[in-house]
Amino acid sequence: MPVHPLPIRVFHWLNAFAMTCMATSGWAIYNASPLFGFTFPAWATLGGWLGGAVAWHFAAMWLLAGNGLFYLAYGLASGHFRRRFLPLSPSGIMTDLLAALKFRLPHEAGTYNAVQRLLYILVLLLGVLAVASGLAIWKPVQLWWLSAAFGDFATARYVHFLAMAGIVGFVAVHLILVVLVPRSLLPMLTGRHSSSHEVSS
Amino acid sequence: MTTPRRRSQQDLSVHKRQVENLQRRLLLKEMLSLGALGMLAGCDLQDGDAVDKVLWTMSRWNDRVQAKLFSRTRLAPTYEASRITRPFPFNAFYPEYDAPDIDGAAFRLQLSGKIDDKRAWTLADLRALPQSGQITRHICIEGWSAIGEWRGVAFRTFLERIGADMTARYVGFKCADKYYSSLDMETAMHPQTLLALDFGADPLPAEYGFPLKLRVPTKLGFKNPKHIAEIFVTNDYPGGYWEDQGYNWFSGV
Ligand code: HEM
Repeated sequence: MPVHPLPIRVFHWLNAFAMTCMATSGWAIYNASPLFGFTFPAWATLGGWLGGAVAWHFAAMWLLAGNGLFYLAYGLASGHFRRRFLPLSPSGIMTDLLAALKFRLPHEAGTYNAVQRLLYILVLLLGVLAVASGLAIWKPVQLWWLSAAFGDFATARYVHFLAMAGIVGFVAVHLILVVLVPRSLLPMLTGRHSSSHEVSS
Repeated sequence: MTTPRRRSQQDLSVHKRQVENLQRRLLLKEMLSLGALGMLAGCDLQDGDAVDKVLWTMSRWNDRVQAKLFSRTRLAPTYEASRITRPFPFNAFYPEYDAPDIDGAAFRLQLSGKIDDKRAWTLADLRALPQSGQITRHICIEGWSAIGEWRGVAFRTFLERIGADMTARYVGFKCADKYYSSLDMETAMHPQTLLALDFGADPLPAEYGFPLKLRVPTKLGFKNPKHIAEIFVTNDYPGGYWEDQGYNWFSGV
């Protein structure tokens, strides 16, 4: 039994690519009319100009949403979500959070501690929120009810931005942890433990 | 001419395969190093490379999806007068002081293409048609939006009056500022699509499109041409100023 089954690895890397396209093209769109008092550096944006960025955003969204739907269907149907993300209790989160802050939380490939479970569930919900608010600002007339669920077009735009910020924040922590625990990277590529840990698995 | 060309093509195909293999390996490496985006970032719809072709293809696909999503009867939300954005933003591909200066008395709206009665229209003729209006949100592709009030002739009424071929696919617009754009016939006939003469209670000022603007609350702002000089009906894709550079053609909201 691999640490990460093949479908999960495929979903993960397709999502990483799609999310990177969506965020960096989104930053270029944001720069055309910033919501806050800052802009993103041009080197971090995708598309070259507004038209290119919008084209990237509306091309990669199909990959993001299609991949996301298959992932959710797989996760629910195969029991992957139940096995990996549950059970989740407030006390478990507190215990593991304290341990993590003292750097005493062990990393076991394929088993997530309570803090990881919580973060993975939250970022999944943020992904759903980014897609829903994205659809609400893409089609504020045809999907007016979705837009209305976020207030109106203008407020949905803020929600969309905040969903992006939450996802990018998660990715930052996620990448720092991979740097701190480099042996967690290989299983997500090959599905298996790195050889030095093969014995213990 | 043909032989050397064919030989060089064969040479090329071998090279191409090698380059492709190399590219594939490089691509894999790039993906792993998360540097892939640095490579893709230059693809901007402007230089016709492979990635640009994918982006253009996806944009045509998005045209089709949006035409399916579009409902002829679904109305854009309308607002109370108190919600109108003041001052309303100016936006064009040139600065405000370059907005064309048009003599309303001499103005004639030209008609061409699949239209029965191509007689040119004066502003007085247009004002003699039934007038209506709405307060709706103008949404720019840049992301900002603003609420404004436009009044004028329901565009469908106008198309009927001039005997436009309503089975044609496109309605095109040529503007006095060299701008041009086009709409699908479905959107042109939407009940809120308006051949606007007034902004609020007054004739359109120069910066908002005097003397004629098409107000389409079911499209992004750049599909709302200002300073319209000519309207035509056609089955040949007319494109548009921004559309030809890569903005999505349908751009419905
Ligand atoms: C199906 C999914 C999505 C759809 C339909 C969507 C749609 C949109 C639309 C319509 C805009 C405004 C474009 C414009 O103003 O011309 C936008 C902007 C943006 N998107 Fe998305 N989006 C999606 C997913 C995402 C994701 C996953 C992210 C980030 C991880 C993201 C980040 C952004 C950002 C940062 C902006 C600029 C915000 C602004 O200033 O308005 N989007 N998106």
